[in-house]
Amino acid sequence: MKYPDKRGRFGKFGGKFVPETLIPLLEELESAYLAARKDEEFKKELNYYLREYAGRPTPLYFAERISQKIGGAKIYLKREDLLHTGAHKINNTLGQVLLARRMGKKRIIAETGAGQHGVATATVCALLGMECLVYMGEIDIERQKMNVFRMELLGARVVPVSSGSKTLKDAINEAIRDWVTNVKTTHYLIGSVVGPHPYPLLVRDFQAVIGREAKRQILAKEGRLPDYLIACVGGGSNSIGLFYPFRRDRVKIIGVEAGGYGVDTLKHAATLVKGSPGVLHGAFSYLLQDKDGQIIETHSVAPGLDYPGVGPEHSYFKDTRTAEYTAVTDQEAIEAFHTVSEVEGIIPALESAHALAYAMKLSSRLSKDKIIIVNLSGRGDKDLEIVREYVGERE
Amino acid sequence: MNIKEVFAEKLSKGERVIIPYITAGFPGLEETIELIRVIENAGCGIAEVGVPFSDPMADGPTIQYSSQKALEKGVTLGKTLALLKKNRAKFHIPLVIMGYYNPFYQFGLEKLAREAKEAGVQGFIIPDLPLEEAGEWVKLCRSHEIDTIFLVSPTTSLERAEKIAKLCTGFLYCVSVTGVTGARKEFPPYLKNYLKNLQKITDLPRAVGFGISSPEHIKMLYPHAEGMVVGSALIEVIRKHPRQPQLGEETAKFLGGLVQAAANR
Ligand SMILES: Cc1ncc(COP(=O)(O)O)c(C=O)c1O
Repeated sequence: MKYPDKRGRFGKFGGKFVPETLIPLLEELESAYLAARKDEEFKKELNYYLREYAGRPTPLYFAERISQKIGGAKIYLKREDLLHTGAHKINNTLGQVLLARRMGKKRIIAETGAGQHGVATATVCALLGMECLVYMGEIDIERQKMNVFRMELLGARVVPVSSGSKTLKDAINEAIRDWVTNVKTTHYLIGSVVGPHPYPLLVRDFQAVIGREAKRQILAKEGRLPDYLIACVGGGSNSIGLFYPFRRDRVKIIGVEAGGYGVDTLKHAATLVKGSPGVLHGAFSYLLQDKDGQIIETHSVAPGLDYPGVGPEHSYFKDTRTAEYTAVTDQEAIEAFHTVSEVEGIIPALESAHALAYAMKLSSRLSKDKIIIVNLSGRGDKDLEIVREYVGERE
Repeated sequence: MNIKEVFAEKLSKGERVIIPYITAGFPGLEETIELIRVIENAGCGIAEVGVPFSDPMADGPTIQYSSQKALEKGVTLGKTLALLKKNRAKFHIPLVIMGYYNPFYQFGLEKLAREAKEAGVQGFIIPDLPLEEAGEWVKLCRSHEIDTIFLVSPTTSLERAEKIAKLCTGFLYCVSVTGVTGARKEFPPYLKNYLKNLQKITDLPRAVGFGISSPEHIKMLYPHAEGMVVGSALIEVIRKHPRQPQLGEETAKFLGGLVQAAANR
């Protein structure tokens, strides 16, 4: 069985829970994507930009000093942080903007949390001459000022969102409202494997290049598959990108969510660890909600993980035990951020620092012959202010 | 009277059915009951009661605001149903509940259909539950004799509208524009044609919604539809006059103007 099925379901997860106005658009997008996927020209074009513009393939770097310091398994880092714009997000934005152009759309809208997806979208829109509008929660604008400035430099308009919790979830609501209004001209470029079908499918496909490369690279370097794959999970795109090509292999797959102040407090974003199934932003998936089905406000020191939902394929992976999900706290992520900066000379994004924190914890319990691949989804330049102002555990 | 009978009666008199929307618990739960009585006394045919949700993606700023205020007051689906059940004897017009799918799903669909029936609710509108996802819900509603009202939009093909109409009972909710809810000044040029085409594929009454805010709009739509839903414009009146007696007086005046236009007099 191949997932998602025709209804956009991964097992019971996924689907299209959206206003009627959008259904014909989703159908149009799906058929355009399925046609593009088979089209050699499209593949060639996408690969050209991924290679020449974004900087693929990214290295699979053996982090020898970290591995030694911990004294456990060999830790490899998939260096998505080295991509143009500094995160994995550009894999997806290139794919979707090229697709939108094929569909004759002239206007691109996107939501952004950390600003990384917004920057990647603004960048590709500048490259391909598209109008670009990015919705961003007021709180995120405040904590990621540099990325707002970057988007504006790139010619995008950043629209502050003041509804709800003023973060990523509300930016998505606002983007959907725009899309419902401007259906004919506009492509909504979702930044993760969330939203209604076919988004979880096409974003996964555009990000799966991460796992395909990593597989080839580890086989070349080690002559075998890794024992563990570790990636952080916000909406779930960098993680699904790494995991997907390994899903049938004998590899332990671990997604790391944002534990915030701790998963037993009310301040975290550990959707798969602590949530329950429901419908948000067009898909049936795990989410953080109260007993009445209202969506709960989340917290993470990493803006890109601060989201109460998660891609439906991860929910499916969880229920079928294809992957395992865990969480690390703000404090642990910040510590990993410092350690990796000091020991490897790599400043990771705070999102990626969650995966690193868990990898280091796990590695200390493993023997030297084990291999871990961690997805280093982005670089940390955008987070310097947050880290500088971080005052440690609040309790 | 059920929804079908309301349409039959109004249409037989050459009138159209005005369907006002209010958010449960805005400005308060007590006022919600008073507002339903105002709606009935003004001569509107059906009352649509919205259950607030934290992420109303099909709604514009006005209904977002009323939902958020209601949520801050602790309004839930359970409380809304209990309120309607307790006060059902105070009014006679059909009640329709509007709400997003997640709170309904968490409540339990079977339990919802049963308790809604007990509370005298005649129909449901769930804007984020398109026909593809609605199978189980429609079945439950049929067995409890509750109407399932679906939306069609200007982007819906006639072929698809026909499928939607087959699952739809009560009335067909025709979204006037591509967009979110919110009072508007004008409607798109394709609206009349779109409504006319829908008549070819269904016998259901067509109720137009999204943006309708004045007697002029009702007059303009009179020849093209059997019903008109008025949401944001009414919420604006409530927002401006949240306290009694102005609340009752001003909403009655506003709705009275719409009903008069709907009577084509
Ligand atoms: C560097 C980085 N990593 C991870 C994420 C989380 O998103 P996802 O789970 O879709 O990869 C973000 C989101 O903004 C990000 O910027």
